[in-house]
Amino acid sequence: MTRSVPPVSPSVSITPQAVYHNRRTILKLLGLGAAALATGCTSQAAPPVPVPETPRRAGTLAVSRRTDDAGGEAQTPYPDATQYNNFYEFGTGKSDPATNSSRFKPRPWSLEIAGHAEKTGRFALEDILAGQPLEERIYRMRCVEAWSMVIPWLGFPLANLLKRFAPTSRAKYVAFTTADRPAQMPGLADRILDWPYREGLRLDEAMHPLTLLVVGMYGRELPNQNGAPLRLVVPWKYGFKGIKSIARIEFTEQQPRTAWNVAAPGEYGFYANVNPAVDHPRWSQQTERRIAGTGFNLFGNRITTQPFNGYAEQVAHLYAGMDLRKYF
Amino acid sequence: MIFRDRIAATKPLVFILCLLPLAHLTWSALHGSLGPDPVAQLEHRSGDWALRLLLATLAITPLRRFSGWHPAIRFRRMLGLFAFVYACLHLTIYVVIDLGGFWSQLFGEIAKRPYITLGFAAWLLLVPLAATSTQRMMRRLGRHWQRLHRLAYLAALFGVLHYVWLVKADHREPALYLGIWSALMLARWPRRARYARGSGAAMAPVRN
Repeated sequence: MTRSVPPVSPSVSITPQAVYHNRRTILKLLGLGAAALATGCTSQAAPPVPVPETPRRAGTLAVSRRTDDAGGEAQTPYPDATQYNNFYEFGTGKSDPATNSSRFKPRPWSLEIAGHAEKTGRFALEDILAGQPLEERIYRMRCVEAWSMVIPWLGFPLANLLKRFAPTSRAKYVAFTTADRPAQMPGLADRILDWPYREGLRLDEAMHPLTLLVVGMYGRELPNQNGAPLRLVVPWKYGFKGIKSIARIEFTEQQPRTAWNVAAPGEYGFYANVNPAVDHPRWSQQTERRIAGTGFNLFGNRITTQPFNGYAEQVAHLYAGMDLRKYF
Repeated sequence: MIFRDRIAATKPLVFILCLLPLAHLTWSALHGSLGPDPVAQLEHRSGDWALRLLLATLAITPLRRFSGWHPAIRFRRMLGLFAFVYACLHLTIYVVIDLGGFWSQLFGEIAKRPYITLGFAAWLLLVPLAATSTQRMMRRLGRHWQRLHRLAYLAALFGVLHYVWLVKADHREPALYLGIWSALMLARWPRRARYARGSGAAMAPVRN
């Protein structure tokens, strides 16, 4: 049973001016620009449409707005971002998710909303996404294993969705749970983690405008191995906070239990903010290996890790007065 | 016939076999076929081969004991030296390519990270073994040679623990290496006790 999802508030549903001005971007992302060029339908004055690095095909998504939140740093090539993943539900090797996720069915999908909110229940993904303009955000992604990528995500602020369910004053945290489908997720047979995968955010972190609920990347729908059909991206936190294939969202009063924190509480904290000053007990977090760019890339990949992954200006105030060594 | 015997004739083949992983690694690196994080691949694969060859070296004694094929001893030094070659390669890749430009981090890493400390210790233990692997050193050290070269057990253990410790959650593969190391140790244990009771003559280094 799926219920109808609370409507998108008018302030969100009207077309922002930026969308109108970016219509060329929208066309480009739709792949229409390239098609028009190929058929000679554009005037000579039109700026050349860059040939996309990744082939356009079914599942291409329209975008209302594009923001580079990675300071113009070189993007990770699409094949790398989709073939080098940590998604233990499909195996623990980096290429396992790409290899083992083909049986996973991201449609039909429903999302359960539970806990301290005025509206709860199970909602079809289509209703969750209806009337929700998608934006492209280019974020740095820093893995706790000390490698990083730069990825153009497609999604919308998580806050937009959470507000529609009207969390009550008792809602202090948001807990997320990944789908639990042993028949489609072979990695679940191995009790590497206490399945299903769980993650959580403090409500103010969840409501922060940088926190993104993602349905696509590189202009198209999320591949299974990257967390289809719906995943979380919190760019100032280590990658494991970005829970994939979300099946359930619950508003809680207590700090939720999270998969990696349960597995190794001394190594993976609830907050997991990117912090070069607080090392993982077994390895340094001062620097990271950046997986980006193309060509011969054996040397010079190591860069300095930024506090909050370079988003300190936007998010450091959330943790004012907190001992980040204690709340790592 | 240019070779003394069949074992001597097989040695060049084993030599080439031991070089194959290095050749494959080099070829893959130059052709960009190491995947999205080539540096991690170089580290992991060179480390894997150092461990495998070190365990293969330690497998020679049990192999002789259980199969009775004693000439196996004549491959031991080559295997051990190749283990050292891959360990050197592994360390070089980490220091030069991975930490490239951030060498100030190196000493902190060796001192603070238990798994790096252990890995580095394993490599250090192999250095005197490689240095004393020549015929001349064997003769010069006499019965001390055998005692010194028992450090290989410790080096292998450190190497395996180095692997166990760096893994995030899936410990199956490093556990397999630890299992093999334990089995190789157990396989020589009773023999050692018997030797301890008897004369030390059987412990003299074998010339190959």
